[in-house]
Amino acid sequence: MSWIDKILPSGVRSEESGKRSSVPEGLWKKCVKCEAVLYRPDVERNNDVCPKCDHHMRIGARRRLAIFLDEASGEEILADIEPLDRLKFKDKKPYKTRLAAAQKSTGEKDALIAMRGSLLGIPIVCLAFEFNFHGGSMGYAVGEKFTRAAQIALDEGIPLVCFSASGGARMQEALISLMQMAKTSAVIERMKLQGVPYISVMTDPIYGGVSASLALLGDINIAEPDARAGFAGPNIIEQTIRQKLPKGFQRSEFLLEHGAIDMIVHRTDMRDTIGGLLSKMTHQQVSPSAAEELPEETAGEEEESARAATGDE
Amino acid sequence: MNPNYLDFEQPIAELEVKIEELQLVGSDNEINISAEIETLREKSTKLTEKIYANLSSWDIVKVARHPLRPYTMDYIPRIFTEFDELHGDRHFADDNAIVGGIARLEGEPVMVIGQEKGRAVKDKVMRNFGMPKPEGYRKALRLMEMAERFKMPVITLIDTPGAYPGIDSEERGISESIAQNLAVMSRLATPIICLVIGEGSSGGALGIGVGDHLAMLQYSTYFVISPEGCANIIWKSSENAPDAAEAMGVTSSILQDLGIVDATIPEPLGGAHRDVDLMAERIKEHLVGQLEVLQQLPIEDLLSKRYQRLMSYGN
Repeated sequence: MSWIDKILPSGVRSEESGKRSSVPEGLWKKCVKCEAVLYRPDVERNNDVCPKCDHHMRIGARRRLAIFLDEASGEEILADIEPLDRLKFKDKKPYKTRLAAAQKSTGEKDALIAMRGSLLGIPIVCLAFEFNFHGGSMGYAVGEKFTRAAQIALDEGIPLVCFSASGGARMQEALISLMQMAKTSAVIERMKLQGVPYISVMTDPIYGGVSASLALLGDINIAEPDARAGFAGPNIIEQTIRQKLPKGFQRSEFLLEHGAIDMIVHRTDMRDTIGGLLSKMTHQQVSPSAAEELPEETAGEEEESARAATGDE
Repeated sequence: MNPNYLDFEQPIAELEVKIEELQLVGSDNEINISAEIETLREKSTKLTEKIYANLSSWDIVKVARHPLRPYTMDYIPRIFTEFDELHGDRHFADDNAIVGGIARLEGEPVMVIGQEKGRAVKDKVMRNFGMPKPEGYRKALRLMEMAERFKMPVITLIDTPGAYPGIDSEERGISESIAQNLAVMSRLATPIICLVIGEGSSGGALGIGVGDHLAMLQYSTYFVISPEGCANIIWKSSENAPDAAEAMGVTSSILQDLGIVDATIPEPLGGAHRDVDLMAERIKEHLVGQLEVLQQLPIEDLLSKRYQRLMSYGN
């Protein structure tokens, strides 16, 4: 403790010294679940999964797309879609001000990012929710981007993969948000009728309007380990039924047990698992370039080499 | 406070009490006070008109939730004939929060599906206060697909505080059951007419609410989250529910401006519960008129119009 610390009032001093003894910004990261202090490069190499307890940490939309798509294959699409404030919604602050703040802090226009890219050589359209933008909530911009991305997948007959993370419909856009549920579900139904694969991956957390529309309508529904997903939030349910909820309620394992999802997939296995599924599901629709890389008979073996070729391990 | 009148209606309630008292006096003493009664009646009507001309969004939420507000089961016998109620989702249970069946509208077979809150306490419990569980939405889906097979238009009456937030609801996949309805209703090859008769709350309402035409009764409400829920999240207090109702725009006039609602059906003075027969008559007229328009369209046109309309939400 330096002489200056000694003469400072204790409140100020402890705050100051607390700051000093904390881990250097950038190099270390604390796991929110097991509280282990982790070396950041180790965590990143592990796709932001805690190397100690296997907790899948929340990651941003761009990072999600970067670790999922074949290296350097991602190309952003539909980036021009902007949120609208048709109601001129105002609570303590105008919605416009809240939007501007969210845009500034995340660098995104709204809560959904869309990319074209390839997965193990298979061309796909891929979407990821940015949870840090208004809790990943769905208003006009999210619904519109999802729908247009799905329409591209439909038109080109290529699979759609969506990583969702959302608190639900966005209150500030009121009924317009609710109608995005109908809108996204309608385009998914068209994909289903035309046999264009849609894979929904639920990442922590998924609730409300997103859960009751696009997240549960996949041909295949996947969840990351220990993700929470449900229609009503646990607090609402507890208030309604006036009893404590069972352990593991609304977690991935609960969803699998009750038949809502097909599988739980570890983040590190996500590329291989979805790539494997899509190579089987699209066997009649693989584009020429992907077909070269992935002859049907040896798709399983080729996956490994295709992934090795991209340098992604 | 008279429980049959809302807080902002209490001046009307007081007048009505006076009228009633005068009527009693009149019949006792055979004194002619009919002129007096008539004046008071006029006064009461004028007062009601005045109060109802200036309702806030929150007042309308209260009318939509009025304990005497007519429900699906009040309307069905007044609008349709030969209603045969059908039960069960064929997988798990029959959900009494959603009523459905085949009936006739002016002689034409239709499939009617509606949420029912229940009137007396026992009835409310049996109906789970109008909060459907997955089996309710799956029953609705079964009936809608049946309507498609037998070329019957679908008419849905929306009135729910929301899908049921409970453990069993989540276990049986409430999200999936709603999502599935949204998906199938977007392409069901028969006309679908939706009508909000009371409270249209969130995904639980939308789960039977996708169609070719959406109307609301004048004092019904439709919201993405209840004003209380919204206030709890944004203002951290349900006391701000009136502010939330105002901000979200939960009434038909605003939703019609947004292009989400197609039509508003005017209610009798003082709300649908003041004259259920008249309200039912107006609803019937609306349904018959809409069906006539929709049934003239070739099914491909109907479906492409429905899809385009869904795609346009928010634009």
